[in-house]
Amino acid sequence: MEIAIVKYNAGNVASVMYALDRIGMPYTWTDDEAILRQADKVIFPGVGEASTAMAHLKEKGLDLLIPQLKQPVLATCIGMQLLCKHSEENDTTCMGVFDVEVKRFQSNELKIPHVGWNSIQANQDNPLMEGLKKEEFVYFVHSFYVPVNPLTTAVCEYVQPFSAMLHQDNFYAAQFHAEISGMAGQRIIENFLAL
Amino acid sequence: MLTKRIIPCLDIKDGRTVKGTNFVDLRDAGDPVELGALYAQEGADELVFLDITATVDDRKTLVNLVREVARHVNIPFTVGGGISSIQDVSVLLNAGADKVSINSSAVRNPDLIDELALQFGSQCIIVAIDTRWVDGTDWVHTHGGRKITEIQTIPWAKEVENRGAGEILLTSMDADGTKAGFANALTATVSSNSSIPIIASGGAGSMEHFYEVFTEGKADAGLAASIFHFKEIAILDLKNYLASKGIPMRI
Repeated sequence: MEIAIVKYNAGNVASVMYALDRIGMPYTWTDDEAILRQADKVIFPGVGEASTAMAHLKEKGLDLLIPQLKQPVLATCIGMQLLCKHSEENDTTCMGVFDVEVKRFQSNELKIPHVGWNSIQANQDNPLMEGLKKEEFVYFVHSFYVPVNPLTTAVCEYVQPFSAMLHQDNFYAAQFHAEISGMAGQRIIENFLAL
Repeated sequence: MLTKRIIPCLDIKDGRTVKGTNFVDLRDAGDPVELGALYAQEGADELVFLDITATVDDRKTLVNLVREVARHVNIPFTVGGGISSIQDVSVLLNAGADKVSINSSAVRNPDLIDELALQFGSQCIIVAIDTRWVDGTDWVHTHGGRKITEIQTIPWAKEVENRGAGEILLTSMDADGTKAGFANALTATVSSNSSIPIIASGGAGSMEHFYEVFTEGKADAGLAASIFHFKEIAILDLKNYLASKGIPMRI
């Protein structure tokens, strides 16, 4: 199986690479269009700020390529947000795979960003949660969120319920960092690779 | 529900984990890679890896060691020590760090916080504040706690938040190494004034101290080193104890 990790400056890909190393899966870290198109699985990771990340993707034409991919794609954290239509983070137009808005958390009582381990409740038919409990703890670090919508496949609650996972066609996404979410996160990645 | 975090800290000097009292008199506490992996298995929520000599010796953090730690743990970890530029941060994130912690360089050049937050996102930028009570006020210290600044701790905490810090790692130099409990009053003041998470550090000596820092101290995370390194408290026992007292924990 060929696994490609999308290469762009704003992402913290090392954690994803180490997660794949730990489960013994080889991968290619690349921004090459041909390799990304023919890979069996594509992982689109990210840590960062939306407008900077989109600028890096545009430089390489990846903003046009990624939405056209046909194989299973797993986007995490900022990767998930960049697949949405628009983000309130510096008023950024994103790739629009998921027809939803990314909003900023607003709370007078709870701290922002939402940092730490929180529990998610997954839909029963969510294939990435195969073999896991209906409720699992995973690791979040984010100030922006996707509201619950018809594409939501797992919900987390902070300030209000929000999308912990999204799914549409071949695009799977997690707001949390599966790559550093302990054994639960590892199983989610393994489930994605088994799709 | 979002849980409170238990964070073992690996203070690194010459590639070994060390723990001193009030940041001097360092004692060897083992291999940081082994310790990091062990803590992850035992239920640590996160790790902090601080190259405590980096600022003083003007050395960069030990990037290879960061890689090795990352290769063996599946929980988030933060790297600090000697970070003073966008390039430094980029290198550490690429080596496997999930977040970075800056301290002296933020005091010297507060604009660095804004620049890092814009480049990498606030969520991976922790500003560490070493504080000590001197002449009736809490003052920011740098250089591993050796050097007093002209900056007061409470307004500085607000400033770093406004500039884009994602979390604050607040270390009380008065409490550090004493095992007499965290600086709960100061931690509570900083936490109440702040909309970003506060990691309390310095003074942990018992399980009750963690309970106190999460209740009285209003901390979002509790960090300790020696009590974990020297196996005085097992992480799982601590988390079970805190959960039994009603503190939300990932177990």
